[in-house]
Amino acid sequence: MRNQFTGVMMITASLCLAVTTASGQAPAYRAPRTGDGKPNLNGIWQALNSAHWDVEAHNAAPGQILELGASNAVPGGPGVVEGEIPYKPEALAKKKENAANRLKLDPEIKCYLPGVPRATYMPYPFQIVQSQKHIMILHEFASAVRTIYMDDHKEAPADSWMGWSNGRWEGETLVVDTNGFLDSTWFDRAGNYHSDALHVIERFTARSPDTLMYEVTIEDPKVFARPWKMSMPLYRHVEKNAQLMEFRCVEFVEELLYGHLRKPSSK
Amino acid sequence: MTHRCLVSVGILTALTVVLSVTTIPVAGQAPSPAAKTNGTAAKKAYTPARTPDGQPDLQGFWTNSTYTPLERPKNVTKELYTPEEAAAAERAAAAREEEQTQPGTVADVHYDLTQFGLDRSQNTLARNLRTGLIVDSPDGRLPPVTAEGQKRAAEVAAARKRMGEPTDAAQNMNLGDRCIMMANTAPMLPMGYMSTYQIVQAPGYVMILSERMHDFRVIPLDGRPHLPSNVRQWKGDSRGRWEGNTLVVETAGYNSKGPGVGDNSAAGLSFRGASEDMRLTEWFTRVDADTIHYRFTIDDPRTWTKPWTAEIPLAKDRIQGPLFEHACHEGNYSIGNMLRGARATEKKAAEAAAKKSQN
Repeated sequence: MRNQFTGVMMITASLCLAVTTASGQAPAYRAPRTGDGKPNLNGIWQALNSAHWDVEAHNAAPGQILELGASNAVPGGPGVVEGEIPYKPEALAKKKENAANRLKLDPEIKCYLPGVPRATYMPYPFQIVQSQKHIMILHEFASAVRTIYMDDHKEAPADSWMGWSNGRWEGETLVVDTNGFLDSTWFDRAGNYHSDALHVIERFTARSPDTLMYEVTIEDPKVFARPWKMSMPLYRHVEKNAQLMEFRCVEFVEELLYGHLRKPSSK
Repeated sequence: MTHRCLVSVGILTALTVVLSVTTIPVAGQAPSPAAKTNGTAAKKAYTPARTPDGQPDLQGFWTNSTYTPLERPKNVTKELYTPEEAAAAERAAAAREEEQTQPGTVADVHYDLTQFGLDRSQNTLARNLRTGLIVDSPDGRLPPVTAEGQKRAAEVAAARKRMGEPTDAAQNMNLGDRCIMMANTAPMLPMGYMSTYQIVQAPGYVMILSERMHDFRVIPLDGRPHLPSNVRQWKGDSRGRWEGNTLVVETAGYNSKGPGVGDNSAAGLSFRGASEDMRLTEWFTRVDADTIHYRFTIDDPRTWTKPWTAEIPLAKDRIQGPLFEHACHEGNYSIGNMLRGARATEKKAAEAAAKKSQN
């Protein structure tokens, strides 16, 4: 009797654990289906947190542009990382250097493709266009694009900014395995970074009609002592006229990037 | 497949212009009726497969790569080549593109398209028999430009001249060199290379991704109105609907800086000269497993005396396959190098002048 009871408890506990791990909530929600019977993740989504400033827990802080005052100050955040990012000691030094030199080094400032997972929680919407073979993640920022290959899984043919993504369905969850990254992108404006050994596993799970749970596992043995995780909800843009606007930011940064090379007499 | 912005896109633009204006002599031409065909239309009606949500299926990897120029060459008076003439025209254009540049020259340092497999003849071509892509006007040429259009073109040219030389500042260079955009998005005009697209459909949307500069359109099909008229975008604002098996897309809300107006340097590749009030209508019809018939009309009374229409097939791309990230801006070393080169030249000239005045 006692053994049976313990067994039932253990099964219940592991079921709860499984549900919690899969969707970040309990009880599990079953998403509406697409025509081919998969959870329908189509929509325009956006994170609503301060992870784009710093994925770790952080205090509110003044901005780095004096003239912008409070309008560009950093809001505090409880963090989206489970625990702390396990930097190797020498790598942590580089993170701090990145943070100290952000205005010169942050790829976002230069309108560079933001990489993964940073693109997901930047303060811009992105759209999922989901078909059987390809799930597109289309970002407003810099028109960054990811194609998630659902059935034709290949090795990354070369390194890139947004990586090469192979996807699969695990029940309610879209699991996306991405590697083939360059070492040029960051995780946030706080200088958190990675190397070209980055491997990202993302899990997208609908948790209600208008929210997704987004869970990410980061592996990069060159920079981190062990894999680490972050998670956050993503919110649907429910406005009737919601659409991705054009944010073709190259034009906005040309003077910043090339102004010092102007002919002096030109203006 | 891996296309990075190795060097100036402008060089390619220039190359394409050369190809575009190179006329292909054809013997025994006769005026043909203005048949609205691109010579690739399927013989019998084709019923496209459906997506799970019931749309005619346009999905996959496509290319509109072609040697056919936008405007019919001036010495050609017929609308369609014979298959033999089309093959000869293609061979001539491919030979020109593959021509080896002079070793040790600037041109040679820049690009050997054949070496990188980027030249059109080594990739899927969207073949057709047309002598030019424009089907209306019936003479295959752009219609006459209105007085306002001519005035605006002159003003744009004068404004560009006042800005100085292209190497004076990054903003003086053409949109392709700056990795801002090229004329491959709305409408979808073929480029000198990388004329590759991906179409993905989901309920209520058609997504068209151009590999070049990862430029995408997510076209809503729900009949929503265009954005407010004060909102202006480089590629405008597209709205789509299905008419039978044809996807019809209407685009308005262009800005005044895109390939349509501000960037005349994209000549030969662009629908240049248009005003920001240009309206674009596109028709996409899958006519067989390997072909989408693509047709577009540009209506801009501020620029042309009448609307004009072009046709070009989209061919299923069985060679290049999945698109790769074209991180053009991120790898744009050309702009910095061109500006540095120009400043170094000026410095050298100033030093030489100073030395001369000392003597």
